[in-house]
Amino acid sequence: MQDLSITYRTTFERRPTLKDAVLRLGRGERAVREVEAVKHVSFDVPQGTVLGIVGSNGAGKSTLMRAIAGILPPTSGRIEVRGKVSTLLALGVGFNPNLSGEENVLLGGLAAGYTRAEIAEKYIEIAEFSELGDFMDMPMRTYSSGMFSRLAFAVAVHMDPDILLVDEALSAGDAKFKAKAAAKMAELVSEARTMFLVSHALGTVKDMCNDAIWLNKGQLMLRGTPEHVIAEYTRFVKVGESAYTLEDM
Amino acid sequence: MSIRRTAIEADDDFLGDFHVYEPHRAGLPRMRPYFRELWRRREFAFEMAKSSIRAHHQDTALGVLWNVLNPLLLASVYYVLVMVLRGGSDKLPSGYFAHLLAGLFAFYLVSGAMAGGASSVISASKIIMNTAFPRMLLPLSTVYVAVRKFVPTMAIFLLAAVISHLSFSWVQLLAIPMLVLIIVFATGLAMLLATLQVYFRDTTSFLPYFVRIWLYLSPVLYYPENVPEKLKILEFANPLFSLLGGWGDLLVRGELIPWSMWLQAFAWAFGTLIAGALVFMSRERDFAVRL
Repeated sequence: MQDLSITYRTTFERRPTLKDAVLRLGRGERAVREVEAVKHVSFDVPQGTVLGIVGSNGAGKSTLMRAIAGILPPTSGRIEVRGKVSTLLALGVGFNPNLSGEENVLLGGLAAGYTRAEIAEKYIEIAEFSELGDFMDMPMRTYSSGMFSRLAFAVAVHMDPDILLVDEALSAGDAKFKAKAAAKMAELVSEARTMFLVSHALGTVKDMCNDAIWLNKGQLMLRGTPEHVIAEYTRFVKVGESAYTLEDM
Repeated sequence: MSIRRTAIEADDDFLGDFHVYEPHRAGLPRMRPYFRELWRRREFAFEMAKSSIRAHHQDTALGVLWNVLNPLLLASVYYVLVMVLRGGSDKLPSGYFAHLLAGLFAFYLVSGAMAGGASSVISASKIIMNTAFPRMLLPLSTVYVAVRKFVPTMAIFLLAAVISHLSFSWVQLLAIPMLVLIIVFATGLAMLLATLQVYFRDTTSFLPYFVRIWLYLSPVLYYPENVPEKLKILEFANPLFSLLGGWGDLLVRGELIPWSMWLQAFAWAFGTLIAGALVFMSRERDFAVRL
């Protein structure tokens, strides 16, 4: 995957209701309040890159990921993606809490365009990898947040993605699962797949990524090696690079 | 790979090896790949429908039986109402109960698709924010739910038809294409309402009242020819007049309906479907921003 450029603005409206619309009409106001989540960001990502994306809350990291996945349309600019994208955006998103884990995997897979047979084939691996056992048959509202994220991660990595988008996925599993997930991601990268990793755990970014960008308020601040970007980012937010911030920033 | 390929050469928007995303908030996607993907992922709509039917009456003692019980109880309520207003059951034309059942069940197919469609996009916000797929699958899935709920109610109608000694003839088979038109119409409405609900969250609150009034304006509680002279305009202005009126005449009375009625029903059904589909498709890429 090469040549990815995004210039992007997005428009959010407050929850639109008729009353608001009528009142606005009376005042002659426009309905939209613009939030520029990502501002004129351009970058290329070659195949096989593990790109870490760091930045404070609301920097536009998740918006950027959704744009790459084709979920949010760019307001201006252009995104080119070569390859099949698998998304693992904010934890557990895409799952219906009243259905069992198994049903959710099936529904999510069908929506993503896989056939029933393909999903059934991967389901065994997914169930095994997530280590959920009997919980796969239980409604997902009974899951702990760690179980949620384990299942979400298992689904994303087993769908044979060319490009894997991971948003905060590794923050919820326990230590053992984190290690397993990291190994799986390393395996995907070794097969020359591309990965975008959004994380506040700077240690993870440093260990796993071979390239990094830093977003701040929608703007691309820096692109470089993970060490360099993290060093600049931590200097920017004025905290020393201690072990504490490495995991929890 | 330094050559820039254009959007035209790109594979479809959803799957494939090459995607180009360019600004579009309104505007239609390219039709061929859109409908190819829609068809390819139809299993998703079916699976979604099945799980929602399963989940709906999960906690009740009678479970899925409610899908039949609900419309039947409702029909009984209206039967009592009309009987009291007319002054006794002997004042009602023979076969009235069968007419009421047929009309009400078909009406509930439409209104079920409307209610389901209106909430289909909003309630699937999680999967919309996580996966790129043709969003049209969501309202289509709720139409399928409405149809699935409708089918068993026809067994009740058959029972009522036998009890009230309705005669059977080949004309009644023509009710099947009319039913298809009703479903087509309901599909268009579901897509329109799904889009409307994204922009006006009040839609689902208005909907029950609108639906109730629409029921009274349609030939369900009465026969098509019983419309007062002053309200004749309903025959043309109310889509359900030709659709449900034709349905009742064909199925319950076994009477052929005039060509003009077929034509009206056809025009309403496909006009609504096309309008709904175009509105939905031109807006669906804006949904993710508005959820």
